[in-house]
Amino acid sequence: MNHEVIRCEGLCVELGGVAVLRDLSFSVDEGDFLAVVGPNGGGKTTLLRVLLGLQKPSSGSVSVFGAEPGNTPGRTGYVPQRLFFDRDFPLSVMDAVLMGRIALKTPFQRYSKADREAAAEALRTVGLSSLANRRIGALSGGELQRTLIARALAGEPELLLLDEPTASVDPEMKTTIYDLLDRLRKSMTILLVTHDTGTVSRFVSRVLCLNCSMVQREAPSSFPGGRAVEQVYPYPVDLLVHHADRGLQPTSKP
Amino acid sequence: MTADLFAYEFLRNAVFASLLASIACGIIGSYVVVKKIGFISGGIAHTAFGGIGLGYYLGINPLFGVIPFSLFAAVAIGLLSRKARVAEDTAIGAFWAVGMAAGVILIGLTPGYAPNLFSYLFGNILTVPADDLWMIVILDFCIAALTWLFSKEFLAISFDEEYAEVSGVKTTLFYLLLLCLIALTVVILMRVVGIVLVIALLTIPAAIARLFCRSLGAMMLLATMLSALFSLAGLWVSYQLDLASGAAIIVLAGSAFLLVHTARFVIASVRGR
Repeated sequence: MNHEVIRCEGLCVELGGVAVLRDLSFSVDEGDFLAVVGPNGGGKTTLLRVLLGLQKPSSGSVSVFGAEPGNTPGRTGYVPQRLFFDRDFPLSVMDAVLMGRIALKTPFQRYSKADREAAAEALRTVGLSSLANRRIGALSGGELQRTLIARALAGEPELLLLDEPTASVDPEMKTTIYDLLDRLRKSMTILLVTHDTGTVSRFVSRVLCLNCSMVQREAPSSFPGGRAVEQVYPYPVDLLVHHADRGLQPTSKP
Repeated sequence: MTADLFAYEFLRNAVFASLLASIACGIIGSYVVVKKIGFISGGIAHTAFGGIGLGYYLGINPLFGVIPFSLFAAVAIGLLSRKARVAEDTAIGAFWAVGMAAGVILIGLTPGYAPNLFSYLFGNILTVPADDLWMIVILDFCIAALTWLFSKEFLAISFDEEYAEVSGVKTTLFYLLLLCLIALTVVILMRVVGIVLVIALLTIPAAIARLFCRSLGAMMLLATMLSALFSLAGLWVSYQLDLASGAAIIVLAGSAFLLVHTARFVIASVRGR
């Protein structure tokens, strides 16, 4: 049985008088793995901010788990694009991941043994157990990105929102992160904002192409030629098209 | 000095005040450093001068004027910059100067001469009366207790405020609470080093401690010990050389800061070669 996790209807967002998102309607069901692609300024990050309750829509309605966005922090995990923090911040990787449990705690409550176990488990999932006691400022870009994913996982979310998790990592780490998401999709709904128009179609169940208004593709199988992607990107896009029977076939817009 | 310590109450009080102030200084200074809100702290401290003027004008212990005044400054600066779309440094700058101006006007309106005004600006730890020591104990307790209760929230907003917000933490509320704790720390430190010099004692011990610690708790502990060391050493130097105690403490702390960073730079470049 598929429950609806996210529903957007006629969503419009204006920032400083400029329409960033216009009349966006879509829904995400439980178990979906949705990729949101589109050029910079297309409103991808704004959409995430709306879903997190950080940005109020100008008009239209949005619900996450049937409630106003931001009202179900314990069920939603968030992986920001890049964390700008002080490299000298006195914090271990373990303690950073432990913060992912804060949504499940009330004020006055302290982190318990169960919280520490969940954080350790999240670190195991992303393959960083050995770095648990390292200072967070000493991590590489890929390790930091996986730490941020672990932080989101520590809260045992039902919905995982990721903002370009592969933007600042090398190709090998990119594959590692996508393999990780591919494993995670079995246990949670995932919405991923990304520029990897090529790689992403291999993993996700649906692609949402966003450039202010949007074009939606139901399944990557209807991706051939990538017309939708070409429509939203103002520059040539390399696409890898997957046919279930023929495997990978590179195509590119002339 | 050791013999004098037992002979003179004012010396004993000075030592107690140094040690007690170091507790608040180490705890809150660590947040000030990791959250980079030193300038806000300076703004709160200078605005608090208005509270001293108010205390004089009303003829009460200036500390009773300073506590509400600095708490008000903390909340007002915090709310202005968060909610009213005023740039944070503008809000701080305005309060900084207006607070001092209000203090000068209120003191001017008070008949008679304000004798130890200078000691509020630059501190005079040798004049701390026993009553004020008790007040410092109470403020220390409030600061330590609230920090212990809300340590995970304060850590969350210090490290990644946006993530704390989406995790359902009331970030503005905890930010304002943190600013209020800074205000209370300013009140304590005012006696030791004075309004103008508060900012150095709030930042230097914690900034040194940060270089050697892997958790915020350890940083607070080390910053407290460093702050106590600087205060006692400064007190001793000022007693021996007959210098202003607050200034002696700050110059010592500043020298240590410079020394640690120079050493760190030298070690790093030697290793780099």
